[in-house]
Amino acid sequence: MRRSTRLAALLTAGILALATAGCGDEDEPNDDPTTGSGGDSSETADAPESDIKVGMAYDVGGRGDQSFNDSAAAGLDQAVEEFGFESEEGEASDGEAETQREERLRTFADAGYNPIIAVGFAYSASVAKVAVEYPDLSFAIIDDTASCEPFDGSDPVPNVACLVFAEEQGSFLVGAAAALKSEAGHVGFVGGVQVPLIEKFQAGYEAGAKAVNPDITIDVTYLTQPPDFSGFGDPAKGKTAAEGMYQGGADIVYHAAGGSGGGVFEAASEAGALAIGVDSDQYNTADPSVQDVILTSMLKNVNVAVYEYLTEVAAGTFPVGTNVYDLSVDGVGYSTSGGLVDDITADLDGYKQQIIDGEIEVPTAP
Amino acid sequence: MTPRVTKLVLGLSAPILALLMAFLITSAVLAAAGDPVGEVWGQLLSVPETRNVGNIIDNATVLYLSGLAAAVGFRMNLFNIGVDGQYRIAAFVAAVVAGEAWLPGYLNTVLAVLCAMAVGAVWAGIAGVLRATRGVSEVISTIMLNAIATALVAYLLREAAVREAGSNVIATKTIPEDSRIPNITISDGPPVVDIYGFVVLAVLAGFLFWFVLNKTRFGFDLRATGRSTTAAVASGISVNKMTVAAMMLSGAVAGLVGLPILLGSSFSYGSTFQSGLGFAGIAIALLGRNNAVGIAVGALLFAYLNEQSNPLQILVGVSPDIVAITQGTIVLTVVISYEVVRRYGVRMEQQAVARALEQERDDERAEVKA
Repeated sequence: MRRSTRLAALLTAGILALATAGCGDEDEPNDDPTTGSGGDSSETADAPESDIKVGMAYDVGGRGDQSFNDSAAAGLDQAVEEFGFESEEGEASDGEAETQREERLRTFADAGYNPIIAVGFAYSASVAKVAVEYPDLSFAIIDDTASCEPFDGSDPVPNVACLVFAEEQGSFLVGAAAALKSEAGHVGFVGGVQVPLIEKFQAGYEAGAKAVNPDITIDVTYLTQPPDFSGFGDPAKGKTAAEGMYQGGADIVYHAAGGSGGGVFEAASEAGALAIGVDSDQYNTADPSVQDVILTSMLKNVNVAVYEYLTEVAAGTFPVGTNVYDLSVDGVGYSTSGGLVDDITADLDGYKQQIIDGEIEVPTAP
Repeated sequence: MTPRVTKLVLGLSAPILALLMAFLITSAVLAAAGDPVGEVWGQLLSVPETRNVGNIIDNATVLYLSGLAAAVGFRMNLFNIGVDGQYRIAAFVAAVVAGEAWLPGYLNTVLAVLCAMAVGAVWAGIAGVLRATRGVSEVISTIMLNAIATALVAYLLREAAVREAGSNVIATKTIPEDSRIPNITISDGPPVVDIYGFVVLAVLAGFLFWFVLNKTRFGFDLRATGRSTTAAVASGISVNKMTVAAMMLSGAVAGLVGLPILLGSSFSYGSTFQSGLGFAGIAIALLGRNNAVGIAVGALLFAYLNEQSNPLQILVGVSPDIVAITQGTIVLTVVISYEVVRRYGVRMEQQAVARALEQERDDERAEVKA
């Protein structure tokens, strides 16, 4: 039956293509790549006992994506070890229905998990819906405030904590670092997907660079537009975009493009220029061959947010409402590994203090 | 056994053989991965709760339409791999049209549905025209059109989107309440369980699929062209016209795929709109043997397995990929077992014919002797 053989081959190709595309969603590298494939997080023998069961719903990629999800997982692991929680994890599959995200949360809820943490803004609508169905349980969502500050002005869902980051503040600092280090007075920004979240990175970066050098030229490009999220996982696209900027005269490029960032580093290495990493200290996670081009990294400590949330849970209080992790609590920051910014840390820390004191207000939209 | 009984036994043995093989292969994969085989099957074969039944019917509705769209092409030997792009671009256009609400109430809904079908038909029609006039393989062109649809929808979504400050979800305008298709309540609860009202339209689409393909001149022409182009030409069918018509029909059905979601639950097209439904549809059409009822069974089976993915992860602790592996295994075993059974049937027929000939010859010899 030739027709069926041909079809089966096509199907395989289609599924493979989907799988590859899916790997990229929502990548934000993390300094603690865990190779585990999900499942139970077993307690260590001497861990304290606790009857709290934490349910963790990851975005596409799940634990082991060396990225955003992994950073959240690191926070969970730390809390599990310290407080003796029981924990279970579930992850999204690419192209799943909205009902599947909701069911993931409900399955946790019905199995007695409390609190339930949703990782990533894809859960925005499902957390808002399911949290209302289970008013006695506590939910947390990372990178989204729809439940805590509804757009239509209605009352917030009372049992949801929204953990968000002041990415613009960390980006301001690396923008300042770029401007201080740029000899050409020309820098670049590569965003993964043009969603408001990534525009926050761009806005802060531009503000920081201009604070140092008002005449600086800043190239900006985004790899893909939603609903195409492949820009978070396509190093080839990242490389092409950065190559263009280096050839155009930029000498430092900042990427907020998750897995595509590897291509930006390659381009920098080939152009003999510098690049800035994102989310975790990429000096430690990037390929050693491109380590020396990484000027600094904008740190977004998802693990800190998860850990602190669970610390409060362990103490018996379930946080609710919006919780912003900014410079003042080290929710964001910049890295110094590699030593390339050692001579300007005084300037950067000066800006940091000004932001914390409110003397500088960093814009959140470009 | 009479020939009719033989045919029935053969027909039933194929799907049973397929499921049995899929069961064994999946168990082997589970055992190899060190997962608890018994617990996994216990969970997979457990009776779902009412709310899960609702989800299964909802997802199956969407998958069914996708399967039908692919099957229209398959019946004419056309491989419409582009259902994925067709449904996304159609759902986007329908979302914009319905969101703008140029017409009141259900007129708006009807307009949106018609627009979706038209857009799907046109998008698939491009591949049909290329095939008919330039001989471009529809496999290649539809795959390319999928990529173009992705980029085009991304661009247009930015233009048409309404942004809520601070939200990361980019979506078209919300469809007004009086243009939504009301859900059907299947359990008064608690919890109250609804299914998409669109399920009625999906059933209707399935009936029309059967009727048009099996009971009309057009359907006969389409199937005839699929079986043998030369025979079709000889009987006066314009193959080029049929190619374009079949692709457009397939695309029009593909245009419906995203609508149950759009008009029944999401009410807007945004960055979290479900993707990849077109590829699932190809598998389901294959599973359902391009038959309206078979596709429904396939869609329900896939939706049922998808629904088990969360409990499998959370309650049993196995990777959700096991669901994808099971689905893939079922598709493969179905293809193989039907082929095995078909060959077995052919051999039985040949043996029967040989025996009959032998008998005749013996009889002749007996006559000669006499």
